[in-house]
Amino acid sequence: MTTQVTIAVRNVVKAFGAGDAAVRALDDVSLDIRKGEFFTLLGPSGCGKTTLLRLIAGFEMPTEGQILLDGTDISALPPNKRPVNTVFQSYALFPHLTVAQNIGFGLQMQGRPAAEVDATTKRMLALVKLDALATRKTSQLSGGQQQRVALARALAPQPKVLLLDEPLSALDLKLRKEMQIELKRLQTETGITFVFVTHDQEEALTMSDRIGVMSHGKLQQTGTPREIYTTPVNRFVASFIGETNFLPGTTVPGGVRIGSGAVVETATSRPGDVTVAIRPEQVRIVAASDPGAIPATITNLVYFGTDTHFHLALADGTEVVSRLQSGTDEARLTPGTAVGLRFAPGAAQVLED
Amino acid sequence: MADRSFEVARLPGFATIAITAFVILYLPIITLVAFSFNAGKSVAVWEGFSLHWYADAWANDDVKSATVRSLIIAVSASAIATTVATMAALGTTRRRQFKGQTFIYVAINQPLMVPEIVTAVALLIFFGIVKTWTGYQGLGYLIAAHAAFCTPFAYLPIRARLEGMDLSLETAAADLYATPWQAFRRVTLPLLAPGIMAGAMLAFVISLDDVVITEFVKSGGQDTLPTYMLGQMRRAISPEVNAISTGLLALTVILLTAFFLLTRKKD
Repeated sequence: MTTQVTIAVRNVVKAFGAGDAAVRALDDVSLDIRKGEFFTLLGPSGCGKTTLLRLIAGFEMPTEGQILLDGTDISALPPNKRPVNTVFQSYALFPHLTVAQNIGFGLQMQGRPAAEVDATTKRMLALVKLDALATRKTSQLSGGQQQRVALARALAPQPKVLLLDEPLSALDLKLRKEMQIELKRLQTETGITFVFVTHDQEEALTMSDRIGVMSHGKLQQTGTPREIYTTPVNRFVASFIGETNFLPGTTVPGGVRIGSGAVVETATSRPGDVTVAIRPEQVRIVAASDPGAIPATITNLVYFGTDTHFHLALADGTEVVSRLQSGTDEARLTPGTAVGLRFAPGAAQVLED
Repeated sequence: MADRSFEVARLPGFATIAITAFVILYLPIITLVAFSFNAGKSVAVWEGFSLHWYADAWANDDVKSATVRSLIIAVSASAIATTVATMAALGTTRRRQFKGQTFIYVAINQPLMVPEIVTAVALLIFFGIVKTWTGYQGLGYLIAAHAAFCTPFAYLPIRARLEGMDLSLETAAADLYATPWQAFRRVTLPLLAPGIMAGAMLAFVISLDDVVITEFVKSGGQDTLPTYMLGQMRRAISPEVNAISTGLLALTVILLTAFFLLTRKKD
């Protein structure tokens, strides 16, 4: 299957300010976003994800590099000439217009005939289930409803790419969960490429086809949610997405020696001292006598309902957390107990830094 | 809910002070309005109800021409001031912060701070030079002077309105294929309209009752209604002036009420 690239970001640099005071919000970012995919830019605030979105929308111009849409360089086009629409964090709905007029605005500006504007507006109202509110002013709507109007307004002109700038951050948890499902449904139904910006790793994992993890203006890793979670390339990605244990180790033939003794089998070509990342749910607690297990002592136990977190200390003091399903071995595993640790095969990752 | 621990209205003497202040503010105006309906010539002794001072004022050609002149100046000056103020307000709010922004803000509002008499003398001298150069003697000088001191009054409500507007609205319009002009015409202007109307009315009222600058700048035969009334007061005090004042007061009250209704927050 050939995958068609819709947005290609090529060596983009965006600097704010000039001279020595210049801040590189984006530092040599290259990225391909494929046609029809739900792509998420994930990172902490200030990582440059919103700047990248604004560059794609045309609200900012790149300092260096190019942005291609279907193979054409759009870096120099103003936002109104780009077939790309945005759902703003603040929604930015026009307060002097009704719900229907807001949704029809883009089509009107494109100079579409009135009949087409009406028909598309009706279709969009149905798509986001707001038919009954067409003639309301946007100030009379709830946060969730405003969100739907913003979505419908951006989808109405049938853009090639829909950009979403943390659109769910203003909603409460329950509504956010509903909108996550809603967004995914809209993306599947319309087939439009979605570029979604968030700092919420759970949101990113559950909704995306692919994720680009950003930090300090650089793209750290791109991949499917599963790839990002199971094979993080560096410490930042491993720690930003989910919980992770970081264990110091040394490369030896056949794997990495953790601390004092046991060798974890893992493929690495990196010599010398390395860091091994292992997810808590991949750490299994076995008997202290188990040959080849890493010796550890239970220090604490935290009950989370379905799961229980076991805090353990290795011989050299390194802390490890193991997450197990509750109700299995708690009676036996009390603080102070000497145990052994084993990692699920292939779960341990040797990090780049 | 109001915090009951401190409420100004519960302090001793609050009602007395408030009532005294209102009486001092409005008693002279009420007296003026009342005596405009006096049958006799006195502005101190009530001699019965009559509308004849209004009829006199209406029949007075000097009053008519001064009124027309006042209105021409006020309409022209407020139109110019509002346009300039709108552009200034857009330039100082609908963009990123820039160096010298505070300076420009102060410069725009300078006419509020400079004593009016200083501006009046300055304009008298400056326009005197322009008059000898150009030979032009018309109402243009008064319109220009009024437009200048009305601009900050128009600027303040427009700026206030713009500051309450989400900056991303124009960005959203541009994102939805609006050209910069369409974004202004379809989004900024409709949202700004109440501010512009309020600014225009404020400028109009300020222009209409100006005396000091007008007195210095006007050429012979260019009396506005306020300067005409001032001239009348120098001779004998006549209830005709009361009638004209009441007319001006009525117009101002109507405009300021409209201003209030336009600028109050809609919820």
